[in-house]
Amino acid sequence: MLEQYGIPVPKGELACTAEQAAKAAGGLGGGAVIKAQVLTGGRGKAGAIRVVSSQAEAESAAKHILAMTVKGFAVERVLVTERLDIEAEYYAALTVDRQAKAAILIISAAGGMDIEEIAEHKPEKIRRLAMPCAAESNNAEVLEQWLSESFAEQLLLNQALKITQNMNRLFRDKDCSLVEINPLAVTAQGQLIAADAKIVFDDNGIPQHPDLAELRNAEEYTTDEIEAREAGLSYVSLSGEIGCMVNGAGLAMATMDCIKLAGGRAANFLDVGGSSNPQKVLDAMRILLQNEQLKVILVNIFGGITRCDDVAQGILWARDQLGITLPIVIRLIGTNEEKGRDMLRRAGLIVARGMSDAINDAVACAKGGSHS
Amino acid sequence: MSILIDEQTRVIVQGITGRDGSFHAEAMLEYGTKVVGGVTPGKGGRTVVSIPVFDTVDDAVAKTGAECSVVFVPAAFAPDAIREAAGGGIRLVVCITEGIPVLRMVDLYHELKDKQVRLIGPNCPGIISPGKCKVGIMPGQIHEPGGVGVISRSGTLTYEVVYDLTEKNLGQSTCIGIGGDPIVGTGYVDLLEMFEKDERTDAIVLIGEIGGEAEEEAASFIKRSVRKKVVAFISGRTAPAGKRMGHAGAIISAGKGGAEAKVEALRRAGVVVVDRPDQIPDAI
Repeated sequence: MLEQYGIPVPKGELACTAEQAAKAAGGLGGGAVIKAQVLTGGRGKAGAIRVVSSQAEAESAAKHILAMTVKGFAVERVLVTERLDIEAEYYAALTVDRQAKAAILIISAAGGMDIEEIAEHKPEKIRRLAMPCAAESNNAEVLEQWLSESFAEQLLLNQALKITQNMNRLFRDKDCSLVEINPLAVTAQGQLIAADAKIVFDDNGIPQHPDLAELRNAEEYTTDEIEAREAGLSYVSLSGEIGCMVNGAGLAMATMDCIKLAGGRAANFLDVGGSSNPQKVLDAMRILLQNEQLKVILVNIFGGITRCDDVAQGILWARDQLGITLPIVIRLIGTNEEKGRDMLRRAGLIVARGMSDAINDAVACAKGGSHS
Repeated sequence: MSILIDEQTRVIVQGITGRDGSFHAEAMLEYGTKVVGGVTPGKGGRTVVSIPVFDTVDDAVAKTGAECSVVFVPAAFAPDAIREAAGGGIRLVVCITEGIPVLRMVDLYHELKDKQVRLIGPNCPGIISPGKCKVGIMPGQIHEPGGVGVISRSGTLTYEVVYDLTEKNLGQSTCIGIGGDPIVGTGYVDLLEMFEKDERTDAIVLIGEIGGEAEEEAASFIKRSVRKKVVAFISGRTAPAGKRMGHAGAIISAGKGGAEAKVEALRRAGVVVVDRPDQIPDAI
């Protein structure tokens, strides 16, 4: 993607086996850098980036790295790139500053480290330029003037200007939330090159960029998170025993928090959304039930647009179709609550009116107490 | 009194012929809101439950005298709908639509900044001044007129809090959902200022959540400029870092946006921060 946007990157190729890596290194003349391709930072510190000087070294380094796990991510691919003769390392990034409500360009001459570390240890080395409007952000003169304080030499400055403008084009075209080049290396030959990079896309931009949806990497999510996304549900796996199904993100978080206060642990965050649809409730139940840690299911619904009778219908379908044996604690309130509660009561399910009551019941169930 | 909207407010619905737009136009009308028109390009001349539909905001404003608009237009077109409202002389735009990319909002925020228009949202439930006017999707019947002002980044959690308030005979002056996105048109600070000035608002409830530093900003404003009682609840105290919790803005990233820092900042500003939503009425 950087290449597509005219940002210079090292020559290299992806390899899934040590043999492929050796071959790729051979193509680069033997000397190469072998880098783990995982969706996390701190690879260098973990020893998952190695510099090699022959094909044989490339093979053994790749073999070693491909057997590693970095911060919980198994390494399945390595990138074999040319060795650069690096003289200096910059940090360059574009991101959105929520407080300034602007896109900001961040440049530091102390590249190579995490930006958080630079911020902590060398805060004076970080420079920020707010780029409030699409039109202004392309103002080359302002940008060049600003960059000249970080890139003193004219030849480097020219390259830095082109690279940051291209980063900005990529950032805006693809609706990114982060385009980070670290390090932005200066080679012995005086070339600026993106030696490594990280790009984060805005989830809200994905529907308008079908090419990005294809880049989504399965290993970043758990199976239930992927299924939830496909079902149009917002879901995050957690480590507890109480499966939660709630409508609305704020209420779903508050439910998790209150579970903890009551002495229990939530198994997940799940927002079934604001629309009224029994099928979504059924899908949500199916996803919750895949978690073998689960001891109880807690349903907390405040019906606004969501109608309680639709939710009740979904719960009943789920109970019949999925053969749920776990206790279900249900709190149902709001639009059509009488109808919904009545449907559940007639089916033998107990329905609470208050959120705290329901949460206390669920916590008691999870601890092996009886469902009151 | 109330803030932003009252029984005089004349409202148009952008995207009125869509599924959500028509449903909520009718619900707002039933609540007593003066819904004077709707806008859907190419569908001018029709009616939706007796509400006249216009092709453009300009046309709707000229024929109805509307000053407020509520936007139900899909995310891909919502920024242009908001621009059209701002350009058409609307003073208050409430955007319900979820899913607008953050960079579109960055641009829009700066475009609107110097215009005579206030944007609430996007990705919000809207505004209600109980008994007077509802511009949004919240269930009207759980609200009661009274003296508590409510500001929230959430939807259903706000309903939960309002329900508890009403049960305890604490009515509301105005309730505003500011939206769950990282960048919203109006933040806590402007609304806190309005509630502080509003004679009929006696106390303010602030409902926050993880992500960003809006609650910290609110805390420093409260410390400086708010004399009325403020009670707060922050959701997401058990949320893991780095995961987006439903709302696009609800994410703890690079060590920032955690709940504890918000709770601390608010407490230092003299705000009563409760642990559970149902403790809010007693705290007031």
